[in-house]
Amino acid sequence: MNTTLKTYAVRLFPQVAALVVILLMVSIAFPGFFRLEMQNGRLYGSLIDILNRGAPVALLAIGMTVVIATKGIDLSVGAVMAICGAVAAACITAGYGLAMTLLITIGTGLLCGLWNGLLVAVLDIQPIIATLVLMVAGRGIAQLITEGAILTFNDSGLIFIGSGSFLGLPMPVVIWLVFGLAVALIVRRTALGMLIEALGVNRRASMLSGVSTGVLLIAAYVLSGLCAALAGIIAAADIRGADANNAGLWLELDAILAVVVGGTSLLGGRFSIAASLLGALIIQSINTGILLSGFPPEFNLIIKAAIIVLILVIQSPRAQSAFVFLSRPQAAASKTGEETK
Amino acid sequence: MNPRYLPLTATIAIFLIAYAVCIAQYPNMLSTRVIGNLLTDNAFLGIAAVGMTFVILSGGIDLSIGAVIAFTGVLLAVLLQSTAIHPLAAFVLALAVTTAFGALMGAIIHHLEMPPFIVTLAGMFLARGMAFVLSIDSIPIKHPFYATLKSVYYKLPGGGRITLIGGLMLLVFAAGILIAHRTRFGANIYALGGGTATARLMGVPIGRTTVMIYALSGFLAGLSGIVFSLYTSAGYSLATVGVELDAIAAVVIGGTLLTGGSGFVAGTLVGILIQGLIQTYITFDGSLSSWWTKILIGLLLFAFILLQKGLILATDRRRRHA
Repeated sequence: MNTTLKTYAVRLFPQVAALVVILLMVSIAFPGFFRLEMQNGRLYGSLIDILNRGAPVALLAIGMTVVIATKGIDLSVGAVMAICGAVAAACITAGYGLAMTLLITIGTGLLCGLWNGLLVAVLDIQPIIATLVLMVAGRGIAQLITEGAILTFNDSGLIFIGSGSFLGLPMPVVIWLVFGLAVALIVRRTALGMLIEALGVNRRASMLSGVSTGVLLIAAYVLSGLCAALAGIIAAADIRGADANNAGLWLELDAILAVVVGGTSLLGGRFSIAASLLGALIIQSINTGILLSGFPPEFNLIIKAAIIVLILVIQSPRAQSAFVFLSRPQAAASKTGEETK
Repeated sequence: MNPRYLPLTATIAIFLIAYAVCIAQYPNMLSTRVIGNLLTDNAFLGIAAVGMTFVILSGGIDLSIGAVIAFTGVLLAVLLQSTAIHPLAAFVLALAVTTAFGALMGAIIHHLEMPPFIVTLAGMFLARGMAFVLSIDSIPIKHPFYATLKSVYYKLPGGGRITLIGGLMLLVFAAGILIAHRTRFGANIYALGGGTATARLMGVPIGRTTVMIYALSGFLAGLSGIVFSLYTSAGYSLATVGVELDAIAAVVIGGTLLTGGSGFVAGTLVGILIQGLIQTYITFDGSLSSWWTKILIGLLLFAFILLQKGLILATDRRRRHA
């Protein structure tokens, strides 16, 4: 157990360090950043705000991590968010109960994921292209459901999901924490995680060794659809309406970025959901930090781009081989040292 | 028939059938005015899509073009508003910046061995961010030279006009076809799309070709930005969001294989025209909502991906039997 904790610590160290550095930098520019207040049984403060605003990207990042681990990518999550938000608003205004609305909405998300999964696993289409279809058409479908308008609703149950609180934390935070923990436990306490990694490294080899790659691939995209549905419900509940044009717009890129910042390679294989969630928090901290510290928000995108490039350089095969090359004399020395023992 | 030409033939057939259906319903659509407007309205998208075709032929993808178009527009507007330089000089400057930007992305893709998807995503953020930094407002362009350029057109029989930007798009497509099929650079692109390892064995300079492909895409996105600023007479940092998706869709509908190595620049032109036709039809109809454009384009995308998949399966089977 101690060794697993140690591996986790080593794996998550860069992300935690980056997050701490960013938070400290923001707190220098904006004193009182770490202040937390308890009001009406709910915590308030900038840190809570980061957790809360980061909820959609964090949720999307959970599904995206698993999809990217299978060497895929899901471009449609933003559009699926818009569809699910529209479905939720349409159901609740049509008079269905809250439970029924959530059921239908989540079912829609699962269906969208199933569509992507079938295209990738059965028709064997490149993931970028397969999910592009739903990305292009999805926003149109969402507009079809809302008939081009912003569908507003007043159901207190649905609104609670966006702005209510549970145990002092805002509801969206509770949802992504619980969901992230559940998915992480499911893939890590069973062989599923390892099978997904095997599939991502070499699909053919894992198929030949008896892994049912088709089912696993479809399941990954279905999970991503589920995450998008939850994120869509939160986004719609937050503004008390479904905006087919802007809900989840470009969030697929933020989610992919969160996964990449989390250190999961786009080439598939090893993944860490915790690291991706930290990546989502890093992105949100940058967004919130830029706003709080009084920088013009125009610089937001440039700073994001600079961070991606930095991470790309660190992760690139060339840089890694250079790193191995530089650290080789030491490794060789310790090896000879062991031999003389 | 060579199966290589099948997707292109299918695209052209779909365009002709769709146009015939449109004419059957609205006879007014058969006029040179409609065709002239089709070219003018889609000029910026078409020019950018030529660059995207080359990128996709080489097996890559360029997500930055929408942001680069917006950046070029804002850059031109700011230059013309706050300095006294002639628009032509501003055009040259903008093209130099976007070409260098594309070349830089190509260099990063090649030298850091990173997936084009994520590199051009960073490029998209950077270009959009630079546009925001230049100005967050929509800046009108009131230079008299713009008015002169906009008044240039070639009158077709029947009252239609091929405007300067519509004509420019056709020229860019002609140049693209020449580059793809009549130059060594074009052959190198096709080779690269067929597989990096085989291309290297064939003696294709991988690094130089990759950098040149993305530089060309950057140049065409810059040119597209100039055309867009002529079209709208303004520069706005939030303009042309998502144009890269329209361009990718046009390339795929045009019959280019997304895995690279197979396809035609001319197909992309037809892909653009099909998208434009759907929009024109919706305008003519008046009761259909604009979101049907997106759904129809999504369906067309899906149909063409299936067609390509079937073709690959068929050729594989034939090869195995031979």
